[in-house]
Amino acid sequence: MKRFVLTLLAIINGLRRRRERIGAREEEARREEGPIVPPGPHAPRAELAVALLLFAAALCGAGFIVVYAVGGDWNRTQLQGITLGGAFAFLAIALITVGKHLVSEEEVEDSYHDPEHPSEQERIDKIVEESASGITRKKLLITAGGAAGAAVGLAAITPALTLGPLLDTDELRETPWRRGLRLIGEDGKPLFAGQVEEETFYTAFPEHADRDLIGSPVVVVRLAPEQLRLPPERAKWAPLGIVAFSKVCTHAGCAIALYRKPTFKPTQPRPALVCPCHYSTFDPARGGEVIFGPAGRPLPQLPLVVGGDGILRAGGNFSGQVGPAYGTVRSRRPT
Amino acid sequence: MRRLAVAILFLLATAPAHAQPPAGISRPANASALSPIELGAALYAGNCSTCHGIAGRGTSDRGPSLRDAGAQAADFYLRTGYMPLTHPDQQPKRGHVDFSERELRVLIAYIASLGNGPPVPAPHPERGNLREGLRLFTSHCAGCHQIVGQGGVVTGARVPPLDQATATQIAEAVRIGPYLMPKFSERDISPAQLDSLVRYVQLTQHPPDRGGWGIGNIGPFPEGMITWLLAALALIATCMVIGRRLGS
Repeated sequence: MKRFVLTLLAIINGLRRRRERIGAREEEARREEGPIVPPGPHAPRAELAVALLLFAAALCGAGFIVVYAVGGDWNRTQLQGITLGGAFAFLAIALITVGKHLVSEEEVEDSYHDPEHPSEQERIDKIVEESASGITRKKLLITAGGAAGAAVGLAAITPALTLGPLLDTDELRETPWRRGLRLIGEDGKPLFAGQVEEETFYTAFPEHADRDLIGSPVVVVRLAPEQLRLPPERAKWAPLGIVAFSKVCTHAGCAIALYRKPTFKPTQPRPALVCPCHYSTFDPARGGEVIFGPAGRPLPQLPLVVGGDGILRAGGNFSGQVGPAYGTVRSRRPT
Repeated sequence: MRRLAVAILFLLATAPAHAQPPAGISRPANASALSPIELGAALYAGNCSTCHGIAGRGTSDRGPSLRDAGAQAADFYLRTGYMPLTHPDQQPKRGHVDFSERELRVLIAYIASLGNGPPVPAPHPERGNLREGLRLFTSHCAGCHQIVGQGGVVTGARVPPLDQATATQIAEAVRIGPYLMPKFSERDISPAQLDSLVRYVQLTQHPPDRGGWGIGNIGPFPEGMITWLLAALALIATCMVIGRRLGS
Protein backbone atom coordinates (compact mmCIF):
# COMPACT_ATOMS: atom_id res chain seq x y z
CA MET A 1 0.00 0.00 0.00
CA LYS A 2 2.74 2.47 1.04
CA ARG A 3 4.86 1.66 -1.97
CA PHE A 4 1.84 2.11 -4.23
CA VAL A 5 1.12 5.61 -2.85
CA LEU A 6 4.77 6.67 -3.21
CA THR A 7 4.88 5.52 -6.85
CA LEU A 8 1.69 7.44 -7.56
CA LEU A 9 3.14 10.65 -6.02
CA ALA A 10 6.35 10.29 -8.02
CA ILE A 11 4.42 9.94 -11.29
CA ILE A 12 2.27 13.00 -10.54
CA ASN A 13 5.37 15.05 -9.68
CA GLY A 14 7.10 14.01 -12.87
CA LEU A 15 4.14 14.95 -15.01
CA ARG A 16 3.91 18.39 -13.41
CA ARG A 17 7.58 19.20 -14.02
CA ARG A 18 7.41 18.09 -17.63
CA ARG A 19 4.40 20.28 -18.24
CA GLU A 20 6.16 23.29 -16.71
CA ARG A 21 9.14 22.90 -19.03
CA ILE A 22 7.02 22.63 -22.19
CA GLY A 23 4.82 25.50 -21.00
CA ALA A 24 7.80 27.87 -20.57
CA ARG A 25 9.07 27.28 -24.09
CA GLU A 26 5.68 27.88 -25.72
CA GLU A 27 5.01 30.96 -23.66
CA GLU A 28 8.14 32.64 -25.07
CA ALA A 29 7.15 31.92 -28.66
CA ARG A 30 3.71 33.40 -28.23
CA ARG A 31 4.74 36.54 -26.49
CA GLU A 32 6.49 37.64 -29.64
CA GLU A 33 3.21 38.28 -31.46
CA GLY A 34 0.31 40.53 -30.42
CA PRO A 35 -2.96 39.15 -29.07
CA ILE A 36 -5.55 37.70 -31.48
CA VAL A 37 -8.51 37.64 -29.12
CA PRO A 38 -9.53 41.00 -27.68
CA PRO A 39 -8.96 41.18 -23.93
CA GLY A 40 -11.84 39.47 -22.14
CA PRO A 41 -14.25 40.92 -19.63
CA HIS A 42 -12.97 41.22 -16.12
CA ALA A 43 -15.54 39.77 -13.76
CA PRO A 44 -13.93 39.18 -10.41
CA ARG A 45 -17.27 38.41 -8.75
CA ALA A 46 -18.08 35.70 -11.30
CA GLU A 47 -14.63 34.27 -10.73
CA LEU A 48 -15.21 34.13 -7.02
CA ALA A 49 -18.61 32.52 -7.56
CA VAL A 50 -17.08 29.88 -9.81
CA ALA A 51 -14.41 29.14 -7.25
CA LEU A 52 -17.01 28.82 -4.51
CA LEU A 53 -19.18 26.57 -6.67
CA LEU A 54 -16.24 24.32 -7.45
CA PHE A 55 -15.35 24.11 -3.77
CA ALA A 56 -18.99 23.25 -3.03
CA ALA A 57 -18.81 20.45 -5.61
CA ALA A 58 -15.62 19.22 -3.96
CA LEU A 59 -17.32 19.32 -0.56
CA CYS A 60 -20.28 17.32 -1.87
CA GLY A 61 -17.95 14.76 -3.45
CA ALA A 62 -16.04 14.40 -0.19
CA GLY A 63 -19.39 14.20 1.62
CA PHE A 64 -20.37 11.22 -0.53
CA ILE A 65 -17.17 9.42 0.39
CA VAL A 66 -17.80 10.10 4.08
CA VAL A 67 -21.43 8.93 3.88
CA TYR A 68 -20.36 5.81 2.04
CA ALA A 69 -17.62 5.03 4.52
CA VAL A 70 -19.58 5.78 7.71
CA GLY A 71 -22.69 3.86 6.69
CA GLY A 72 -25.45 3.54 9.22
CA ASP A 73 -29.10 3.02 8.62
CA TRP A 74 -30.43 6.53 8.53
CA ASN A 75 -31.44 7.30 4.95
CA ARG A 76 -28.13 6.10 3.67
CA THR A 77 -28.98 5.82 -0.02
CA GLN A 78 -30.81 9.14 0.05
CA LEU A 79 -27.78 10.90 1.55
CA GLN A 80 -25.51 9.26 -1.01
CA GLY A 81 -27.81 10.44 -3.77
CA ILE A 82 -28.01 13.99 -2.41
CA THR A 83 -24.24 14.37 -2.04
CA LEU A 84 -23.27 12.87 -5.40
CA GLY A 85 -26.10 14.67 -7.19
CA GLY A 86 -25.13 17.93 -5.48
CA ALA A 87 -21.52 17.53 -6.60
CA PHE A 88 -22.57 17.18 -10.22
CA ALA A 89 -25.07 20.04 -9.94
CA PHE A 90 -22.47 22.46 -8.51
CA LEU A 91 -19.97 21.35 -11.14
CA ALA A 92 -22.51 22.02 -13.87
CA ILE A 93 -23.43 25.49 -12.55
CA ALA A 94 -19.73 26.36 -12.21
CA LEU A 95 -19.00 25.37 -15.82
CA ILE A 96 -22.04 27.30 -17.10
CA THR A 97 -20.87 30.39 -15.20
CA VAL A 98 -17.36 30.06 -16.66
CA GLY A 99 -18.78 29.82 -20.15
CA LYS A 100 -21.11 32.78 -19.77
CA HIS A 101 -19.07 35.26 -17.78
CA LEU A 102 -15.37 34.42 -17.90
CA VAL A 103 -14.49 33.21 -21.37
CA SER A 104 -14.65 35.92 -24.05
CA GLU A 105 -16.47 34.83 -27.12
CA GLU A 106 -15.34 35.56 -30.64
CA GLU A 107 -16.97 34.36 -33.81
CA VAL A 108 -14.51 34.02 -36.67
CA GLU A 109 -15.62 33.33 -40.19
CA ASP A 110 -12.93 31.46 -42.02
CA SER A 111 -12.67 29.02 -44.84
CA TYR A 112 -11.58 25.49 -44.02
CA HIS A 113 -7.94 24.76 -44.37
CA ASP A 114 -5.45 22.27 -43.22
CA PRO A 115 -5.26 22.50 -39.44
CA GLU A 116 -2.15 20.35 -39.47
CA HIS A 117 -0.03 23.31 -40.50
CA PRO A 118 2.21 24.11 -37.51
CA SER A 119 1.68 27.87 -37.57
CA GLU A 120 -2.11 27.42 -37.81
CA GLN A 121 -1.98 25.03 -34.93
CA GLU A 122 -0.09 27.58 -32.90
CA ARG A 123 -2.66 30.22 -33.80
CA ILE A 124 -5.49 28.04 -32.52
CA ASP A 125 -3.52 27.32 -29.37
CA LYS A 126 -3.07 31.01 -28.91
CA ILE A 127 -6.78 31.73 -29.35
CA VAL A 128 -7.60 29.13 -26.78
CA GLU A 129 -5.01 30.51 -24.42
CA GLU A 130 -6.15 34.12 -24.80
CA SER A 131 -9.82 33.21 -24.40
CA ALA A 132 -9.03 32.89 -20.76
CA SER A 133 -7.64 36.40 -20.59
CA GLY A 134 -10.66 37.47 -18.57
CA ILE A 135 -9.53 35.24 -15.79
CA THR A 136 -7.39 36.99 -13.23
CA ARG A 137 -7.37 34.62 -10.31
CA LYS A 138 -6.07 31.67 -12.24
CA LYS A 139 -4.52 29.89 -9.31
CA LEU A 140 -7.66 30.01 -7.21
CA LEU A 141 -9.78 28.67 -10.03
CA ILE A 142 -7.31 25.92 -10.86
CA THR A 143 -7.19 24.91 -7.21
CA ALA A 144 -10.99 24.92 -6.96
CA GLY A 145 -11.37 23.01 -10.22
CA GLY A 146 -8.73 20.52 -9.16
CA ALA A 147 -10.43 20.01 -5.82
CA ALA A 148 -13.82 19.55 -7.46
CA GLY A 149 -12.47 17.15 -10.07
CA ALA A 150 -10.54 15.14 -7.53
CA ALA A 151 -13.43 14.92 -5.06
CA VAL A 152 -16.03 13.97 -7.67
CA GLY A 153 -13.64 11.51 -9.28
CA LEU A 154 -12.83 9.90 -5.95
CA ALA A 155 -16.53 9.82 -5.06
CA ALA A 156 -17.23 8.01 -8.31
CA ILE A 157 -14.71 5.26 -7.59
CA THR A 158 -15.44 5.02 -3.85
CA PRO A 159 -18.13 2.31 -4.27
CA ALA A 160 -15.45 0.10 -5.80
CA LEU A 161 -13.95 -0.11 -2.32
CA THR A 162 -16.79 -2.46 -1.45
CA LEU A 163 -14.93 -5.00 -3.55
CA GLY A 164 -11.85 -4.72 -1.43
CA PRO A 165 -10.89 -5.17 2.18
CA LEU A 166 -10.60 -1.45 3.06
CA LEU A 167 -14.18 -0.70 4.10
CA ASP A 168 -16.17 -2.74 6.57
CA THR A 169 -19.05 -4.20 4.57
CA ASP A 170 -19.83 -6.98 6.99
CA GLU A 171 -23.22 -5.51 7.75
CA LEU A 172 -24.35 -6.69 4.33
CA ARG A 173 -23.73 -10.21 5.52
CA GLU A 174 -25.40 -9.87 8.91
CA THR A 175 -28.55 -11.82 9.60
CA PRO A 176 -30.55 -11.96 12.83
CA TRP A 177 -30.26 -15.76 13.01
CA ARG A 178 -28.21 -17.16 15.89
CA ARG A 179 -27.80 -20.66 17.22
CA GLY A 180 -30.75 -21.54 19.45
CA LEU A 181 -33.19 -18.88 18.19
CA ARG A 182 -36.72 -20.21 17.84
CA LEU A 183 -38.59 -20.17 14.52
CA ILE A 184 -41.74 -18.07 14.76
CA GLY A 185 -44.54 -18.61 12.24
CA GLU A 186 -46.46 -15.91 10.40
CA ASP A 187 -49.13 -16.05 13.11
CA GLY A 188 -46.56 -15.10 15.77
CA LYS A 189 -46.54 -18.55 17.37
CA PRO A 190 -43.46 -20.79 17.61
CA LEU A 191 -43.20 -23.48 14.95
CA PHE A 192 -43.29 -26.97 16.46
CA ALA A 193 -41.44 -29.66 14.55
CA GLY A 194 -44.38 -32.03 14.98
CA GLN A 195 -46.74 -29.57 13.31
CA VAL A 196 -44.70 -29.25 10.15
CA GLU A 197 -46.30 -31.46 7.52
CA GLU A 198 -45.04 -32.73 4.21
CA GLU A 199 -46.39 -31.42 0.88
CA THR A 200 -46.90 -27.91 2.21
CA PHE A 201 -44.71 -24.95 3.14
CA TYR A 202 -44.37 -22.49 5.99
CA THR A 203 -42.85 -19.06 6.44
CA ALA A 204 -40.96 -18.37 9.67
CA PHE A 205 -38.95 -15.58 11.30
CA PRO A 206 -36.37 -15.51 14.11
CA GLU A 207 -37.84 -14.70 17.51
CA HIS A 208 -37.39 -11.12 18.79
CA ALA A 209 -36.09 -9.94 15.43
CA ASP A 210 -37.18 -7.36 12.90
CA ARG A 211 -39.19 -9.22 10.25
CA ASP A 212 -38.27 -6.66 7.60
CA LEU A 213 -34.56 -7.50 7.63
CA ILE A 214 -33.46 -9.24 4.45
CA GLY A 215 -31.98 -12.08 6.47
CA SER A 216 -35.09 -12.69 8.58
CA PRO A 217 -37.69 -14.70 6.64
CA VAL A 218 -37.17 -18.38 5.96
CA VAL A 219 -39.32 -20.87 4.10
CA VAL A 220 -39.71 -24.22 5.84
CA VAL A 221 -40.65 -27.47 4.11
CA ARG A 222 -40.64 -31.08 5.22
CA LEU A 223 -39.45 -33.87 2.98
CA ALA A 224 -39.22 -37.58 3.57
CA PRO A 225 -35.74 -38.05 5.14
CA GLU A 226 -34.81 -40.62 2.46
CA GLN A 227 -35.52 -37.99 -0.22
CA LEU A 228 -32.83 -35.65 1.12
CA ARG A 229 -29.57 -35.34 -0.82
CA LEU A 230 -27.90 -32.67 1.33
CA PRO A 231 -24.14 -32.06 1.13
CA PRO A 232 -22.40 -34.28 3.72
CA GLU A 233 -21.47 -31.37 6.01
CA ARG A 234 -25.16 -30.48 6.31
CA ALA A 235 -26.26 -33.98 7.25
CA LYS A 236 -27.55 -32.82 10.65
CA TRP A 237 -29.27 -29.67 9.39
CA ALA A 238 -32.60 -31.33 8.66
CA PRO A 239 -34.17 -32.96 11.73
CA LEU A 240 -37.14 -35.19 10.73
CA GLY A 241 -36.52 -34.12 7.11
CA ILE A 242 -37.44 -30.50 7.88
CA VAL A 243 -35.33 -27.99 5.93
CA ALA A 244 -35.33 -24.18 6.06
CA PHE A 245 -34.07 -21.75 3.43
CA SER A 246 -33.87 -17.99 3.12
CA LYS A 247 -37.13 -16.78 1.59
CA VAL A 248 -35.27 -14.14 -0.45
CA CYS A 249 -34.40 -15.24 -4.00
CA THR A 250 -30.68 -15.02 -4.75
CA HIS A 251 -31.41 -13.55 -8.18
CA ALA A 252 -33.43 -10.37 -7.70
CA GLY A 253 -34.55 -10.59 -4.09
CA CYS A 254 -38.20 -11.51 -4.58
CA ALA A 255 -39.95 -13.70 -2.02
CA ILE A 256 -39.88 -17.45 -2.68
CA ALA A 257 -43.67 -17.71 -2.67
CA LEU A 258 -44.14 -20.91 -4.69
CA TYR A 259 -43.67 -24.46 -3.54
CA ARG A 260 -44.36 -27.22 -5.99
CA LYS A 261 -44.67 -30.76 -4.68
CA PRO A 262 -45.55 -33.89 -6.61
CA THR A 263 -48.71 -35.77 -5.72
CA PHE A 264 -47.10 -38.89 -7.20
CA LYS A 265 -43.30 -38.83 -7.29
CA PRO A 266 -42.55 -41.33 -10.10
CA THR A 267 -44.43 -39.41 -12.81
CA GLN A 268 -44.31 -35.81 -11.63
CA PRO A 269 -41.59 -33.15 -11.18
CA ARG A 270 -39.68 -33.28 -7.88
CA PRO A 271 -40.34 -30.82 -5.04
CA ALA A 272 -39.00 -27.34 -5.69
CA LEU A 273 -39.07 -23.84 -4.26
CA VAL A 274 -39.87 -21.36 -7.00
CA CYS A 275 -39.56 -17.58 -7.17
CA PRO A 276 -42.56 -16.08 -8.97
CA CYS A 277 -40.62 -13.14 -10.43
CA HIS A 278 -38.33 -14.92 -12.90
CA TYR A 279 -39.00 -18.57 -12.09
CA SER A 280 -35.69 -19.36 -10.44
CA THR A 281 -36.24 -22.88 -9.14
CA PHE A 282 -34.38 -24.37 -6.17
CA ASP A 283 -34.19 -27.96 -5.00
CA PRO A 284 -34.87 -28.19 -1.25
CA ALA A 285 -33.71 -31.81 -1.15
CA ARG A 286 -30.25 -30.84 -2.45
CA GLY A 287 -29.56 -27.92 -0.16
CA GLY A 288 -31.27 -25.25 -2.26
CA GLU A 289 -29.32 -25.91 -5.45
CA VAL A 290 -30.53 -23.99 -8.54
CA ILE A 291 -32.31 -26.33 -10.98
CA PHE A 292 -33.78 -23.72 -13.30
CA GLY A 293 -33.86 -20.00 -13.90
CA PRO A 294 -31.57 -17.00 -13.67
CA ALA A 295 -30.43 -17.32 -10.04
CA GLY A 296 -26.67 -17.72 -9.81
CA ARG A 297 -26.33 -19.07 -6.28
CA PRO A 298 -28.16 -21.73 -4.28
CA LEU A 299 -30.74 -20.62 -1.77
CA PRO A 300 -28.94 -20.19 1.58
CA GLN A 301 -29.91 -22.98 3.95
CA LEU A 302 -30.54 -22.43 7.64
CA PRO A 303 -29.43 -25.32 9.88
CA LEU A 304 -32.27 -26.53 12.11
CA VAL A 305 -32.41 -28.33 15.43
CA VAL A 306 -35.39 -29.44 17.48
CA GLY A 307 -35.31 -28.14 21.03
CA GLY A 308 -36.32 -30.18 24.06
CA ASP A 309 -39.72 -28.45 23.90
CA GLY A 310 -40.29 -29.68 20.33
CA ILE A 311 -39.90 -26.18 18.86
CA LEU A 312 -37.75 -25.72 15.77
CA ARG A 313 -34.62 -23.67 16.46
CA ALA A 314 -31.81 -22.37 14.33
CA GLY A 315 -28.66 -24.47 14.57
CA GLY A 316 -26.50 -21.55 13.43
CA ASN A 317 -26.47 -19.10 10.58
CA PHE A 318 -27.17 -19.53 6.87
CA SER A 319 -24.96 -21.63 4.60
CA GLY A 320 -24.33 -18.66 2.31
CA GLN A 321 -25.01 -15.01 1.79
CA VAL A 322 -28.67 -14.01 1.92
CA GLY A 323 -30.13 -11.69 -0.68
CA PRO A 324 -30.01 -10.88 -4.36
CA ALA A 325 -27.18 -10.72 -6.87
CA TYR A 326 -25.34 -7.65 -5.55
CA GLY A 327 -24.06 -9.84 -2.78
CA THR A 328 -22.44 -12.28 -5.18
CA VAL A 329 -19.41 -10.08 -5.78
CA ARG A 330 -17.75 -11.25 -2.61
CA SER A 331 -19.79 -14.04 -1.20
CA ARG A 332 -18.97 -15.09 2.32
CA ARG A 333 -20.70 -16.97 5.11
CA PRO A 334 -22.99 -14.54 6.97
CA THR A 335 -22.36 -13.49 10.54
CA MET B 1 -81.62 -46.96 -53.76
CA ARG B 2 -82.22 -50.08 -51.79
CA ARG B 3 -78.62 -50.10 -50.69
CA LEU B 4 -79.01 -46.56 -49.33
CA ALA B 5 -82.15 -47.52 -47.42
CA VAL B 6 -80.32 -50.44 -45.86
CA ALA B 7 -77.46 -48.17 -44.87
CA ILE B 8 -79.86 -45.68 -43.23
CA LEU B 9 -81.61 -48.47 -41.40
CA PHE B 10 -78.27 -49.82 -40.22
CA LEU B 11 -77.24 -46.40 -38.96
CA LEU B 12 -80.54 -45.92 -37.13
CA ALA B 13 -80.23 -49.31 -35.50
CA THR B 14 -76.68 -48.73 -34.27
CA ALA B 15 -77.03 -45.02 -33.39
CA PRO B 16 -77.99 -45.48 -29.71
CA ALA B 17 -75.06 -47.79 -29.17
CA HIS B 18 -72.69 -45.21 -30.68
CA ALA B 19 -74.19 -42.34 -28.73
CA GLN B 20 -73.93 -44.09 -25.41
CA PRO B 21 -70.29 -44.78 -24.61
CA PRO B 22 -68.21 -41.62 -25.11
CA ALA B 23 -64.60 -42.28 -25.93
CA GLY B 24 -62.27 -43.30 -23.12
CA ILE B 25 -64.78 -44.63 -20.59
CA SER B 26 -65.23 -48.34 -20.08
CA ARG B 27 -68.62 -49.40 -18.70
CA PRO B 28 -69.93 -52.76 -17.52
CA ALA B 29 -72.42 -54.21 -20.00
CA ASN B 30 -75.06 -54.90 -17.36
CA ALA B 31 -74.79 -51.56 -15.50
CA SER B 32 -78.47 -51.36 -14.57
CA ALA B 33 -78.43 -54.82 -12.98
CA LEU B 34 -75.55 -54.00 -10.62
CA SER B 35 -75.84 -52.66 -7.09
CA PRO B 36 -74.23 -49.22 -6.54
CA ILE B 37 -71.13 -50.65 -4.91
CA GLU B 38 -70.76 -53.29 -7.64
CA LEU B 39 -71.12 -50.64 -10.34
CA GLY B 40 -68.53 -48.49 -8.55
CA ALA B 41 -66.10 -51.41 -8.38
CA ALA B 42 -66.70 -52.24 -12.04
CA LEU B 43 -66.15 -48.65 -13.14
CA TYR B 44 -63.01 -48.51 -10.99
CA ALA B 45 -61.67 -51.72 -12.50
CA GLY B 46 -62.37 -50.52 -16.02
CA ASN B 47 -61.13 -46.94 -15.79
CA CYS B 48 -58.78 -46.48 -12.83
CA SER B 49 -57.07 -49.75 -11.89
CA THR B 50 -54.49 -49.67 -14.71
CA CYS B 51 -52.64 -46.93 -12.86
CA HIS B 52 -54.06 -46.97 -9.33
CA GLY B 53 -53.89 -50.74 -8.95
CA ILE B 54 -56.32 -53.35 -7.73
CA ALA B 55 -58.52 -51.98 -4.91
CA GLY B 56 -56.65 -48.69 -4.88
CA ARG B 57 -53.28 -50.15 -3.87
CA GLY B 58 -51.44 -48.01 -6.40
CA THR B 59 -48.69 -49.00 -8.81
CA SER B 60 -45.01 -48.21 -8.49
CA ASP B 61 -44.63 -46.16 -11.67
CA ARG B 62 -48.05 -45.05 -12.92
CA GLY B 63 -50.28 -43.85 -10.12
CA PRO B 64 -50.47 -43.37 -6.35
CA SER B 65 -52.48 -45.46 -3.90
CA LEU B 66 -56.05 -44.27 -3.36
CA ARG B 67 -56.40 -46.05 -0.02
CA ASP B 68 -56.69 -42.81 1.96
CA ALA B 69 -57.63 -40.46 -0.86
CA GLY B 70 -61.23 -40.46 0.35
CA ALA B 71 -64.29 -38.98 -1.25
CA GLN B 72 -62.66 -35.53 -1.11
CA ALA B 73 -59.92 -36.29 -3.64
CA ALA B 74 -62.09 -38.62 -5.76
CA ASP B 75 -64.82 -35.99 -6.01
CA PHE B 76 -62.29 -33.33 -7.01
CA TYR B 77 -60.38 -35.34 -9.62
CA LEU B 78 -63.47 -36.88 -11.22
CA ARG B 79 -65.82 -33.87 -11.26
CA THR B 80 -63.15 -31.54 -12.69
CA GLY B 81 -62.43 -34.05 -15.45
CA TYR B 82 -58.79 -34.32 -14.20
CA MET B 83 -59.18 -38.11 -14.18
CA PRO B 84 -59.07 -40.46 -15.97
CA LEU B 85 -55.78 -39.45 -17.61
CA THR B 86 -54.92 -40.86 -21.01
CA HIS B 87 -51.23 -41.00 -20.05
CA PRO B 88 -49.87 -41.19 -16.49
CA ASP B 89 -47.11 -38.60 -17.17
CA GLN B 90 -49.56 -35.92 -18.28
CA GLN B 91 -50.52 -32.99 -16.15
CA PRO B 92 -54.24 -33.42 -15.35
CA LYS B 93 -56.35 -30.71 -16.97
CA ARG B 94 -59.90 -29.54 -16.44
CA GLY B 95 -61.99 -31.18 -19.10
CA HIS B 96 -65.26 -32.77 -20.05
CA VAL B 97 -66.61 -35.26 -17.50
CA ASP B 98 -67.55 -38.41 -19.34
CA PHE B 99 -69.15 -40.19 -16.38
CA SER B 100 -72.84 -39.69 -15.71
CA GLU B 101 -73.95 -38.26 -12.35
CA ARG B 102 -74.94 -41.72 -11.07
CA GLU B 103 -71.63 -43.21 -12.18
CA LEU B 104 -69.73 -40.40 -10.45
CA ARG B 105 -71.61 -40.97 -7.23
CA VAL B 106 -71.01 -44.73 -7.11
CA LEU B 107 -67.37 -44.42 -8.19
CA ILE B 108 -66.65 -41.78 -5.54
CA ALA B 109 -68.42 -43.92 -2.93
CA TYR B 110 -66.35 -46.94 -3.98
CA ILE B 111 -63.04 -45.04 -3.74
CA ALA B 112 -64.09 -43.61 -0.36
CA SER B 113 -64.78 -47.17 0.84
CA LEU B 114 -61.15 -48.19 0.12
CA GLY B 115 -59.74 -46.47 3.21
CA ASN B 116 -60.23 -43.74 5.78
CA GLY B 117 -59.96 -40.67 3.58
CA PRO B 118 -61.65 -37.35 4.28
CA PRO B 119 -65.22 -36.73 3.07
CA VAL B 120 -66.29 -34.13 0.52
CA PRO B 121 -66.02 -30.75 2.27
CA ALA B 122 -68.97 -28.37 2.46
CA PRO B 123 -67.69 -24.79 2.35
CA HIS B 124 -69.96 -21.88 3.25
CA PRO B 125 -68.61 -18.92 1.28
CA GLU B 126 -71.57 -16.79 2.38
CA ARG B 127 -70.11 -16.90 5.92
CA GLY B 128 -66.71 -15.80 4.71
CA ASN B 129 -65.08 -12.40 4.98
CA LEU B 130 -63.97 -10.93 1.68
CA ARG B 131 -61.12 -8.88 3.11
CA GLU B 132 -59.75 -11.90 4.97
CA GLY B 133 -60.17 -13.93 1.79
CA LEU B 134 -58.13 -11.45 -0.21
CA ARG B 135 -55.40 -11.49 2.44
CA LEU B 136 -55.27 -15.30 2.51
CA PHE B 137 -55.38 -15.59 -1.26
CA THR B 138 -52.54 -13.06 -1.56
CA SER B 139 -50.27 -14.91 0.84
CA HIS B 140 -51.10 -18.53 -0.06
CA CYS B 141 -52.42 -18.69 -3.62
CA ALA B 142 -51.63 -15.60 -5.69
CA GLY B 143 -47.97 -16.54 -6.16
CA CYS B 144 -49.08 -19.18 -8.67
CA HIS B 145 -52.75 -18.51 -9.48
CA GLN B 146 -52.32 -14.70 -9.82
CA ILE B 147 -54.31 -12.28 -7.72
CA VAL B 148 -57.49 -12.55 -9.80
CA GLY B 149 -57.24 -16.34 -10.18
CA GLN B 150 -56.28 -16.29 -13.85
CA GLY B 151 -53.64 -18.99 -13.43
CA GLY B 152 -50.11 -18.97 -14.83
CA VAL B 153 -47.10 -21.26 -14.73
CA VAL B 154 -44.76 -22.81 -12.23
CA THR B 155 -41.58 -24.42 -13.54
CA GLY B 156 -42.60 -27.79 -14.92
CA ALA B 157 -46.36 -27.24 -14.96
CA ARG B 158 -49.21 -25.00 -15.93
CA VAL B 159 -51.19 -23.39 -13.11
CA PRO B 160 -54.91 -23.64 -13.89
CA PRO B 161 -57.19 -20.60 -13.86
CA LEU B 162 -59.88 -20.72 -11.20
CA ASP B 163 -62.72 -19.30 -13.31
CA GLN B 164 -64.64 -22.60 -13.46
CA ALA B 165 -63.85 -23.91 -9.98
CA THR B 166 -66.91 -24.50 -7.82
CA ALA B 167 -66.90 -23.68 -4.10
CA THR B 168 -66.55 -27.37 -3.23
CA GLN B 169 -63.71 -27.86 -5.71
CA ILE B 170 -61.80 -24.86 -4.31
CA ALA B 171 -62.17 -26.25 -0.79
CA GLU B 172 -61.08 -29.71 -1.97
CA ALA B 173 -58.05 -28.40 -3.85
CA VAL B 174 -56.84 -26.42 -0.82
CA ARG B 175 -56.92 -29.58 1.32
CA ILE B 176 -55.55 -32.15 -1.13
CA GLY B 177 -53.11 -30.05 -3.20
CA PRO B 178 -53.75 -31.53 -6.64
CA TYR B 179 -50.74 -32.37 -8.85
CA LEU B 180 -47.88 -29.96 -7.89
CA MET B 181 -49.93 -27.67 -5.64
CA PRO B 182 -49.02 -27.73 -1.95
CA LYS B 183 -51.81 -28.76 0.40
CA PHE B 184 -53.00 -26.74 3.36
CA SER B 185 -54.17 -28.42 6.55
CA GLU B 186 -56.84 -27.02 8.85
CA ARG B 187 -54.07 -25.54 11.01
CA ASP B 188 -52.69 -23.59 8.05
CA ILE B 189 -56.10 -22.49 6.78
CA SER B 190 -58.98 -23.01 9.22
CA PRO B 191 -62.45 -23.98 7.90
CA ALA B 192 -63.63 -20.40 8.59
CA GLN B 193 -60.65 -19.00 6.68
CA LEU B 194 -61.39 -21.42 3.86
CA ASP B 195 -64.91 -19.95 3.63
CA SER B 196 -63.37 -16.50 3.21
CA LEU B 197 -60.92 -17.80 0.63
CA VAL B 198 -63.71 -19.42 -1.42
CA ARG B 199 -65.72 -16.22 -1.20
CA TYR B 200 -62.81 -14.25 -2.59
CA VAL B 201 -62.26 -16.72 -5.46
CA GLN B 202 -65.96 -16.46 -6.29
CA LEU B 203 -65.57 -12.68 -6.40
CA THR B 204 -62.78 -13.07 -8.97
CA GLN B 205 -65.11 -15.26 -11.05
CA HIS B 206 -67.79 -12.59 -11.07
CA PRO B 207 -66.06 -9.31 -10.30
CA PRO B 208 -68.48 -6.54 -9.36
CA ASP B 209 -69.10 -4.07 -12.15
CA ARG B 210 -69.52 -0.50 -11.01
CA GLY B 211 -71.34 0.36 -14.18
CA GLY B 212 -70.00 1.07 -17.61
CA TRP B 213 -68.23 -1.33 -19.88
CA GLY B 214 -66.29 -4.00 -17.96
CA ILE B 215 -63.98 -4.96 -20.88
CA GLY B 216 -63.78 -8.48 -19.51
CA ASN B 217 -62.02 -7.29 -16.31
CA ILE B 218 -58.69 -7.58 -18.03
CA GLY B 219 -56.96 -5.36 -15.50
CA PRO B 220 -56.41 -1.67 -14.90
CA PHE B 221 -53.53 -1.16 -17.34
CA PRO B 222 -55.12 -2.64 -20.48
CA GLU B 223 -58.40 -1.03 -19.48
CA GLY B 224 -56.66 2.31 -19.22
CA MET B 225 -54.99 1.81 -22.59
CA ILE B 226 -58.33 1.05 -24.23
CA THR B 227 -59.83 4.13 -22.58
CA TRP B 228 -57.01 6.30 -23.88
CA LEU B 229 -57.17 4.86 -27.39
CA LEU B 230 -60.93 5.39 -27.55
CA ALA B 231 -60.68 8.84 -25.96
CA ALA B 232 -57.93 9.77 -28.42
CA LEU B 233 -60.10 8.67 -31.36
CA ALA B 234 -63.03 10.70 -30.01
CA LEU B 235 -60.79 13.74 -29.57
CA ILE B 236 -59.42 13.44 -33.11
CA ALA B 237 -62.93 13.12 -34.49
CA THR B 238 -64.04 16.21 -32.55
CA CYS B 239 -61.04 18.18 -33.82
CA MET B 240 -61.80 17.15 -37.40
CA VAL B 241 -65.44 18.24 -37.04
CA ILE B 242 -64.40 21.60 -35.58
CA GLY B 243 -61.79 22.05 -38.30
CA ARG B 244 -64.27 21.34 -41.06
CA ARG B 245 -66.83 23.78 -39.60
CA LEU B 246 -64.25 26.54 -39.35
CA GLY B 247 -62.90 25.80 -42.81
CA SER B 248 -66.29 25.97 -44.55
